Amino acid sequence: MDFTFSKEHQLLRRMIREFAETEVAPLAEEIDRDERVPFETIKKAAKIGLMGIPFPQKYGGAGAGEVGYCILMEELNKICGSTATIVGAHTGIGAMAIYLDGTEEQKQKYLVPLARGEKIAAFALTEPNAGSDAAAIQTRAVRDGDEFVLNGSKVWITNGDIADVVSVLAVTDPALGARGGVTAFIVEKEFPGFLVGRKEEKLGIRGSSTAELFFEDCRVPAENVLGGFGLGFLTFMKTLDVGRISLAAGCLGATDKALEMSMEFAKSRYQFGAPVAAKQAIQWMIADMAIEVEALRSLVYRTAWMLDTGQTGREFSTMAAMCKVYGSEVACRAADTAVQIHGGMGYMKKYPIERMYRDARITRIFEGTNEIQREIIARNLFRRVGLRIR
Amino acid sequence: MAWIKDEREEELPMRIVVLIKQVPDTNEVRLDKTTGTLIREGVPSIINPEDKNALEEALKLKEAMGAEVWVLSMGPPQAEDALREALAMGADQAVLLTDRAFAGADTWSTATTLGMALNKIAEFDLVLAGRQAIDGDTAQVGPQVAEFLKIPQITYVRELTVEDGRVKAKRSLEDGFEDIAARLPALLTITKEANDPRYPHAAAIMTAYREREVAHWTAADIEADPEGIGLKGSPTQVKRSFTPPPKEPGQVIQRPPAEAAKDLVAILQDKNII
Repeated sequence: MDFTFSKEHQLLRRMIREFAETEVAPLAEEIDRDERVPFETIKKAAKIGLMGIPFPQKYGGAGAGEVGYCILMEELNKICGSTATIVGAHTGIGAMAIYLDGTEEQKQKYLVPLARGEKIAAFALTEPNAGSDAAAIQTRAVRDGDEFVLNGSKVWITNGDIADVVSVLAVTDPALGARGGVTAFIVEKEFPGFLVGRKEEKLGIRGSSTAELFFEDCRVPAENVLGGFGLGFLTFMKTLDVGRISLAAGCLGATDKALEMSMEFAKSRYQFGAPVAAKQAIQWMIADMAIEVEALRSLVYRTAWMLDTGQTGREFSTMAAMCKVYGSEVACRAADTAVQIHGGMGYMKKYPIERMYRDARITRIFEGTNEIQREIIARNLFRRVGLRIR
Repeated sequence: MAWIKDEREEELPMRIVVLIKQVPDTNEVRLDKTTGTLIREGVPSIINPEDKNALEEALKLKEAMGAEVWVLSMGPPQAEDALREALAMGADQAVLLTDRAFAGADTWSTATTLGMALNKIAEFDLVLAGRQAIDGDTAQVGPQVAEFLKIPQITYVRELTVEDGRVKAKRSLEDGFEDIAARLPALLTITKEANDPRYPHAAAIMTAYREREVAHWTAADIEADPEGIGLKGSPTQVKRSFTPPPKEPGQVIQRPPAEAAKDLVAILQDKNII
């Protein structure tokens, strides 16, 4: 067993940390307040290869694998939940779907510019009537010669209004349902009939944009079918499995930062003539946070290692779901505890703890609610003992 | 040697050698209060910050006019990491001088070793070094290397251009600047005001470790005289390291301004300051 990061991953982390502290941190408060996507940061990140960290270099990526990508998300999310969310939707699911199931031609055409950060990606699954019940999507795709014609709408799509390329799931045969009747498509924003609707106002991650998408007789070339006709559900679920690890890596970063800031505060805040760190009540909070940080770190990087070493069966899927549940719940607990330790200061907009508290909450909801993750985990566990739950 | 310009093929790019030192990240160094020494355990090692500025200048020249950028360091085997970072930033060749015989070197002996390695690299047009290292703060090695090589040196450089076999530089002085030029080859020491070093590209970081090579040169490789390098070649003898005693706390005069002024004058007169 070897739990050390490779030298290149260590240097990558140091570079990303410096980038996050120098380039991302100064904007974190402002983009949250003004609900502004930090295009200047994305441009800088792209220039040094941060928009395609996990992908092989032959596709314009850094070749740093899932471990490298988790390092990126961990370090970014320490500093700015919004920026991490933009990168996550772009790399972790939008471009990831094309990397996992795209043809060589699709990778050359779409993945390369996405990995280089010349274009931005989004991942469009959720609909007004289909969230956790992903198989209930109603967006329809009907074949017309060499094209498919898409009709329907998607909601709460991160990067929806800034994306150049969107991975979209649509029904191609309602009779077959999720298994065989659903197909994924690569949609360019320039395709006729692709429309962006309302941009949502949110509790947290406000510097990332979340938008509605409409498909009104949107014409998509047949060559843009992603992952095989009728196999879109598999492509999307596989992509989400992978996305869950890096989401949890982001949670790890936020939790670690909450711990660091809480310790710093507890050390310097004096009450009753001593630092509040001297109080057992505070010590226990700190100890609990630290335990969860280390447990999460092990879970996240072990699962990332499984992916990088090709161990991607049902066990992996279960682990990825565990990452997502545990990571998001640890992050929310840590954010709550950090506010409590900071007291009044934690509640004020003047300090980043308040923003971190708001940013954490979405992680229990997006990319598959924790309730759905627990179902996945339990179903996979029971399958091992011979019980199939549908 | 390179300064005999005519002997070189015209199409050969300029050769720039950047001297790199791996140092502990002093932002993360703490002092052991009882012994007064640095606690280096668990402290990350980095490229000395102003050496990074020197490398950035070299890389800017490479982009502007074409150059072959070498990075050269003397240190223990783990100093290879600093050179790999330099490769990730864009250096073309990396050489690590590593040998037990080099250990314990003072600035003189270090400069001798680096100078001999530079002679082995040969045909360099420009040698760039950081102004000084954050762990020793001597600012001596750069100038000593120039003396060893008997080439012109310009220290404290914040701007530089290369043209027609000459380097023009702006030096930072205590009370202003000095514009100065020198014939190549020359050695310049660069200050942090010169630039903001680039971030290495993520892909280049991966490649720097997975594909690039760092040459390891021993004392034998540079044909060094064992008496002239390492501890044996060091005229400096460290007798004792100590932490200066902390300053006594200041005195606050808490009285109305007019009376406080009188008190202050009295104290200063008492100490023969005024």
